[in-house]
Amino acid sequence: MAEAVAKSDFHSKTHAAGPKDITLLPRPTAKTGLVSWLTTVDHKKIGMMYGGFAILFFLIGGLEALMIRTQLLVPNNRFIDASTYNQLFTMHGTTMIFLAVMPLNAAFFNLLIPIQIGARDVAFPRLNAFSLWAWVVGAILLNLGWLSHVNPNWNFGGAPAIGWFGYAPLTSKLFTPELSTDLWAMGLQVLGVSSIVASLNFIVTIINMRAPGLTMMRLPVFCWMALVTSFLLILALPAIAIALVAVLFDRHFGTNFFEVSGGGQPILWQHLFWIFGHPEVYILILPPMGYVSEILPTFSRKALFGYPIIVFSGAAIGFIGFGVWSHHMFTTGMGNVATAAFSIATMAIAVPTGVKIFNWIGTLWGGQIQTRTPMMFSLGFIWMFMLGGFSGIMHSAAPADAQQQDSYFVVAHFHYVLIGGSTFALLAAIHYWFPKFFGRLVPEFWGKLSFWIIFIGFNVTFFPMHFLGLNGMPRRTWTYDANMGWNEGNFIATMGAYLLGLGIFTYFAVLIYSLFKGEKCGNDPWDARTLEWSIPSPPPEYNFKAIPTVHARDAFWYEKNHAVEIAHERADHMKAESTHGGIHMPDSSWYPFLACIGLFIGTYNFIQLKSPVTFDLGILQSVFGASSHLPYAIAGGVMLFTCCYLWALEGPGGYHIHIDDEGNETVTRSH
Amino acid sequence: MSSHAAAGSIDHHHDASTSTGIPNKKLLWWAFLASDCMFFGTLISTHLVYRMNPPPGNAEPTKIFNIELTSFSTFILLMSSLLMALAVNAIQRGQVKSMRTMLLGTMFFGCIFLGGQVFEFEHFVHVKKMTLSNSLFGSTFYTLTGTHGTHVAIGVLLLGLMYVRSFKPAHSHGTAVDLGLTLFHVLAICVAMGVSFISLVPGFLDMLENGTGFGAFLSGHTIPLVALAIAGAVLGWFAKTSNTPDFDQRNAIDVEAIGLYWHFVDIVWIVIFTAVYLIEYL
Repeated sequence: MAEAVAKSDFHSKTHAAGPKDITLLPRPTAKTGLVSWLTTVDHKKIGMMYGGFAILFFLIGGLEALMIRTQLLVPNNRFIDASTYNQLFTMHGTTMIFLAVMPLNAAFFNLLIPIQIGARDVAFPRLNAFSLWAWVVGAILLNLGWLSHVNPNWNFGGAPAIGWFGYAPLTSKLFTPELSTDLWAMGLQVLGVSSIVASLNFIVTIINMRAPGLTMMRLPVFCWMALVTSFLLILALPAIAIALVAVLFDRHFGTNFFEVSGGGQPILWQHLFWIFGHPEVYILILPPMGYVSEILPTFSRKALFGYPIIVFSGAAIGFIGFGVWSHHMFTTGMGNVATAAFSIATMAIAVPTGVKIFNWIGTLWGGQIQTRTPMMFSLGFIWMFMLGGFSGIMHSAAPADAQQQDSYFVVAHFHYVLIGGSTFALLAAIHYWFPKFFGRLVPEFWGKLSFWIIFIGFNVTFFPMHFLGLNGMPRRTWTYDANMGWNEGNFIATMGAYLLGLGIFTYFAVLIYSLFKGEKCGNDPWDARTLEWSIPSPPPEYNFKAIPTVHARDAFWYEKNHAVEIAHERADHMKAESTHGGIHMPDSSWYPFLACIGLFIGTYNFIQLKSPVTFDLGILQSVFGASSHLPYAIAGGVMLFTCCYLWALEGPGGYHIHIDDEGNETVTRSH
Repeated sequence: MSSHAAAGSIDHHHDASTSTGIPNKKLLWWAFLASDCMFFGTLISTHLVYRMNPPPGNAEPTKIFNIELTSFSTFILLMSSLLMALAVNAIQRGQVKSMRTMLLGTMFFGCIFLGGQVFEFEHFVHVKKMTLSNSLFGSTFYTLTGTHGTHVAIGVLLLGLMYVRSFKPAHSHGTAVDLGLTLFHVLAICVAMGVSFISLVPGFLDMLENGTGFGAFLSGHTIPLVALAIAGAVLGWFAKTSNTPDFDQRNAIDVEAIGLYWHFVDIVWIVIFTAVYLIEYL
């Protein structure tokens, strides 16, 4: 039993009586305050920060969307100029995908995976902190261009204006000489590093840190979807990383990857981008499918229908997702064979998706449905995601797609899957797990009100876009003439967008209110089924007093029905663990954060080596004479490397928490 | 928690503290290598796609390549994998000194390969007049092989850091002096490897190519040779004065992790050598 308890605990080699590790900066021990957040390795704090930053960017991206919709409110509008409009739709897309939905998913990965698998942290806690801060660096790089609108001395040439998929040759120096395109490429590159590192960490965590008895086929569906998503990320991101390197080489070193005069073919960018871009679509939707698969059983009062089928469907979507990328390129003239093959593959991927929908309906069927707010959003997800799926299947027919390509019909389609799908599920998840991580309930009335405003606003915004698209309105158009027959549709869509904005505002205002004034709740306000509901709200830093043993698929549900047996088991585990030195916790560290500051200084300066310095501290300038980015770029690189090396030297560290019979905690350090 | 350390012998293939028995570090590296496969897959396919659709006036590979030299450095790289495997084997049996020798050998062979690449790039640019920007073949060739070379260089650096790590004293107090000595040690090994692959190996190959004689090589590379000698003396001093290190069988997983990476980079080179070089001679 002792081995079983030790198993799946946060694992690292401790040097109980060994030599001291070399540490330049002592391990921070603060549990509150700014330093504790900057240096934390606690997966819950990291998840909170991911979530906070993601919601901030979600609101910024939403603001950009409202400006786009306002510009399209009436024909021949001059609310914003065409160049700013290009920047807005580029940054709206980039922000919502990379800086809102992906990090919100990352937030839930961090918050939930270790607790759902009965662990005390992720496999590599410091690497996890590095992922967070590297993501912040990428987010800043992407958005730096907006500063040019504030102060023209920041010579970035505005925000990126090349569309979120940055098609070649628009990204060449000839068409977009501004720094904004370089910052876009470098920002995405850094975000890619962050995502790959985080995904490697989650893969190891889910595969290797499961509590005793938690077999893969007992794993909560959310963890399964997180695992599939992590694999998609590590396998899909390299394609765009290389493509971005090629773009940067073309721009700075005169290579010919996408340069037609040198024999390069811009179509290659499209292939490389979509080999990443289509799996990315599933990266955005698979975790939401996981949330819904957790929420529906809880509020249907019945186990998830067809668990293995849901898991295998998720994995099948992951596999087939790598074979459908060219359906974004039906109009490029790939030839009949390729078009037919990708057409069929695209139809095929609808099958596992449809299977999941039927399983969720099967879960609802015959259940005692409780329409709480998270359930409302989940039901909205099923319906709206289906609508987006239907228009998706329409795209798989290549001849029809040739008519819909680059029209507002496509805009309608992907907003139905990304808002009606991903975002609805994320809003459901935020509501559902809010009590767990803040210990307070959200008022039902206001939650449901925000749901209805969002639901109506969303449909009023995007449903008319189907008709606008079929009537020929192209996407990314800055304005349109009054005699095109698009006036009513655009007016309705913009009104809907304002309503949707109001709904989102209500949603988050209610959350902020609940954060301070919400009714306090216990461990398990929803009478739920998975392990996170078995521990206090908010969870203690060590998550579990005793590592649980999992006996069934819905682990906590089983515990509720076998209270006596579980109580004995827990007592045994606690005794075994205290004889092993108590609860082992990872130490905080400065280095992931400092390494990312080095990463920021290095990438920010490296990308504009040939441009004049806009922001000079004067120190290096006086040393090196000339005003150049080079010394800064080198300094950043050296800082990154040094911090990574010191990070390795300081060792995993760690301390032990002992809990006595009264629940008092004492902390001991082995050295 | 470190109960397995107390057990007399270590099972290097099973870690009782994880669900699968695979050590976390090893699983992380395997997953990373899967990701790295996609990086090289993208680069190799980009190269081959453009090779099959060459623009007029594209560089002609067989007129540029020096297949004898590349075959030689390929052989050296593959042999470095053998030394890497021996290093892992040595530390699994607790033989730290033997492991250090094997690590140095692996690094040395890695530096020969890298030096061969530096020579090759210089030769292609200055003699064959193929640059990154003047032909599409140059663009894809330098990007692909350069990325591989960067992987080898990172591998050599990791091996160097692991070599220094194996000297960490068992009775260290974690002081600033310890940190300074460690960084000095790292600097010495970086200088030794850096001058080898940037200057000395390419210079030696140049001497063989042009038949300029050993004396000219020596007089032409005085500064790098002196730097190598000093770095070598520093490394020798560290090796001689080291006490019992805090490095044993328990660290085998760390060495093995770098080994996985090293072998992977070698396997990638086999693919690149076949797809980029050999296929041109069919």
